[in-house]
Amino acid sequence: MADYLAHTDDEVAAMLAFLGLNTLDDLFAHIPAAVRLAAGAMGLPDGRSEPDVADEFTQFTRANRATANQLVCFAGGGAYDHEVPSVVRALASRSEFVTAYTPYQPEVAQGVLQALFEYQTLVSRLSGLPVANASLYDGATALVEALNLAGGATGRSTMVVSAGVHPHWRAVVQTFARGTGHRVVVAPLVDGVTDWSGVDVDEAAAVVVAYPNYLGVLEDMAAARANATRLGGLFVVAGDPVAAGVLRTAGDWGADVFVGEGQPFGTALSFGGPYLGLFAVASEHVRRLPGRIVGETLDTNGRRAFVTTLRAREQDIRREKATSNVCTNQTLMAVTAAIQLGWLGTAGLRQVAVASATGAHALYDALTTVDGVTPLVTAPFLREFAIRLPRPANEVIAAMAGDGILAGLAVSALTGGADRSIEGDPANVLLVAVTERRTQLELDAYVDALRKAVK
Amino acid sequence: MMTAQPGGRAASIPLMGHEVEPTMFELSVPGRSAAQLRTTSIPARTLASMVPAEHLNPEPLVTADLAERDLVGHVTRLTHRQFSVDLGAYPLGSCTMKYNPKFCDGVAADPGLVTVHPGAPAAMVQGWLELLVTLEERLCGITGMAAATLQPAAGAAGELTGLLLMRAYHDANGEQRRRVIIPDSAHGTNPASVTLGGYEVTTVPSNERGLVDLDALRAALGPDVAGIMLTNPNTVGLFEEQIVEIAEAVHEVGGLLYYDGANLNAILGVVRPGDMGFDIVHMNLHKTFATPHGGGGPGAGPVAVSARLARFLPGPRATRVEGHFEWTTPDASIGRVHGWHGNAMVLARALAYIEVHGAPGLERVAQHAVLNANWLRRRLAATLPAAYDRPCMHECVLTATPVKAAYGVRGLDIAKSLLDEGFHAPTVYFPLIVDEALMFEPTETESPQTLEALATAVESIVARAATDPESLHRAPTHTPVSRVDEARAARHLIATEDDADR
Repeated sequence: MADYLAHTDDEVAAMLAFLGLNTLDDLFAHIPAAVRLAAGAMGLPDGRSEPDVADEFTQFTRANRATANQLVCFAGGGAYDHEVPSVVRALASRSEFVTAYTPYQPEVAQGVLQALFEYQTLVSRLSGLPVANASLYDGATALVEALNLAGGATGRSTMVVSAGVHPHWRAVVQTFARGTGHRVVVAPLVDGVTDWSGVDVDEAAAVVVAYPNYLGVLEDMAAARANATRLGGLFVVAGDPVAAGVLRTAGDWGADVFVGEGQPFGTALSFGGPYLGLFAVASEHVRRLPGRIVGETLDTNGRRAFVTTLRAREQDIRREKATSNVCTNQTLMAVTAAIQLGWLGTAGLRQVAVASATGAHALYDALTTVDGVTPLVTAPFLREFAIRLPRPANEVIAAMAGDGILAGLAVSALTGGADRSIEGDPANVLLVAVTERRTQLELDAYVDALRKAVK
Repeated sequence: MMTAQPGGRAASIPLMGHEVEPTMFELSVPGRSAAQLRTTSIPARTLASMVPAEHLNPEPLVTADLAERDLVGHVTRLTHRQFSVDLGAYPLGSCTMKYNPKFCDGVAADPGLVTVHPGAPAAMVQGWLELLVTLEERLCGITGMAAATLQPAAGAAGELTGLLLMRAYHDANGEQRRRVIIPDSAHGTNPASVTLGGYEVTTVPSNERGLVDLDALRAALGPDVAGIMLTNPNTVGLFEEQIVEIAEAVHEVGGLLYYDGANLNAILGVVRPGDMGFDIVHMNLHKTFATPHGGGGPGAGPVAVSARLARFLPGPRATRVEGHFEWTTPDASIGRVHGWHGNAMVLARALAYIEVHGAPGLERVAQHAVLNANWLRRRLAATLPAAYDRPCMHECVLTATPVKAAYGVRGLDIAKSLLDEGFHAPTVYFPLIVDEALMFEPTETESPQTLEALATAVESIVARAATDPESLHRAPTHTPVSRVDEARAARHLIATEDDADR
């Protein structure tokens, strides 16, 4: 039997004797017999050795086609194939980070605490807002926390959300609104840009815009900000942190809250998780922050030290009056992001954004010359764009996989059908992302494969 | 048997640096760079040619500029200022800081799993879907439930998901219920989740045995009760022996039972939440199934439910359909609770752990976890009394009240002193219902020698409380920093390098 236990049979017997017991089962004598589990009732197989289990996992991995070795990735939609160098992987897999828990004892947790302080600094700079927390689960749930913060700050419950916010994020917002009672009003996209004019509310707790939005479009941020002002709601910007390397920051656009998906900074595609929820706020909302926040202080010898702070907001102290229920978050991904940003440096961060945009614009120019392929919208974009095909996008994705290319995401798969982000039927709409890892040869192969797939 | 040296004591390592480690910003020299990116051969374009000027940041966003060697040095030095399970015993009660098998990290690092885009069509990710379906089946077998969602990213996310399932169930029955009952010993996430689920908290007291007071519970029940959230074994490490009566009483008024799986490790293969009458169960895979805690996440908080609640589960779910796998969404689904499919790489690790152990192995996990906790409780009985003097499950809650009364040494002082002895501290001041609580969860993976060394360390600390209490107030002194001024951090928030007050 395989396991990771140390005790010899003799040691178990001695420990039981110390307790005045005969068998391990005696430890559970106080559990009512009526609910005790019969042997074999879990329906689980017997244990197997590590190599045997590795064989089972090989069956899983062999059945995955959409791997980096088999398909060149042009899929995005919030999950991007960016460079993660060996040095970042090595540092982020250090077991001192990996096998620690929440830094409840700061004297022996300065490693994680200082890394989180550096992470908070980086998120603050990327967002242009003064205070960032120590991470949330992912971009979608970070947006939910932003709306909860806005509800608490304004005493209102109407949330105006651009249809340019990722459809999955909007779905998550709708789910959690079942509990909070928030009313979610979606503002449609017209030619890829949010049309706030039809939003029929007098006041709102929050106005949410994605920048760039999930179709890659650079929104009219001044209009979005003006709309937030008009409705008296907090201005929440859901930003792509890679784009933040070159675009004006959320803070520059007047955001009260910034949320984002931090996966592009050092985390592999990972089939969607664990990712990293970025969260930053303007100063006046600090005491409503969800989750952990690390602050700088001194130890009793006057040395600089770091510690989780403003703990009175949190669930283990405030209980039902807490700002959030978050306890475990995504610390390792936050530490990873800090390391990746340290590796990229000022120039590298900009280079990733510029190279991604360059590739995206080159591919866009080439694809829109293919017969039957048209741009979905005319609005400006950075590193991701949508095209309309002469046949369903899911068929084109399947066909292009035959040429070794993951062509992108079928927008209808994200939206689950008609959606206020797409004028007309989304079935033929394909969302294409380009990162700094894509080469001219790969772009050429993409164009050839698409031409073949739509012929 | 105790003659061998302990494998789980970290006091031999030179956690020696007492100088401050600079931040990466303090190490930064403009012009340095570590990044090496692919040569794309795509003709260069200027940003101005691609993006309208009003969108562009007029100034470069400055981060930190380091040579790779200095980055590696900085981060490695940070790791030397960090305690971890790999370094030594981490008896942090309620957190189940057991050894995390490297094998599970190894399978999760396979490019066949980790390089897969979450939005790829189901036909191209059949292996991932089968993995998720297999894990769901295993978790249902372990908990005695019918179906599960793997989306919630952590235990608290699972709690809120469970409460929304509770709400959807009552809504579907046309019932408006407004209260959820929780014991006063509950984790703080429980009441916080109840509020976010749109319910009011009704707290029921624990009795003198540390268990739910059944009479108080019955008095609190009524037709407006949506359900109860229970941790079993509870947060004082005791099994709720009247669970069958509790379940009957709650079900009688039409309420549902929610199982907080934080302490599931104690009952693996021994008793199942489903068999105890629970309707909704969340699991903390990072606790029970040993996925690494990552310094505070990622975790994973799957939620399993009984058959009558399966139609409300979040979607999409990986589903076995006629020899292959598809994403399906239940007809009355509450919707998504995660941007994609949950913390997939954590889920893969947990499945690997379950497959290695199998049913008998998981039962041994629970047996040894309970054995270790009871041994430690008994071993320390003359040093720190248990809050409730009877057999515990996987953790034991001791109290420093007598030591405090006699010598003015608090539980916190004992915890900080343990750091100097090469052990992580237990959880302190939780649960709230125990005065000067010290909650030890040794876990099943610590050897008898490590437990003996831990007990000896506690003994010596408490002995020192009588002779030199000041040394305990000063502790820790061997650590990279001494006690930190938490009040100062809160009073004068410095949350970034750029804080103007810094």
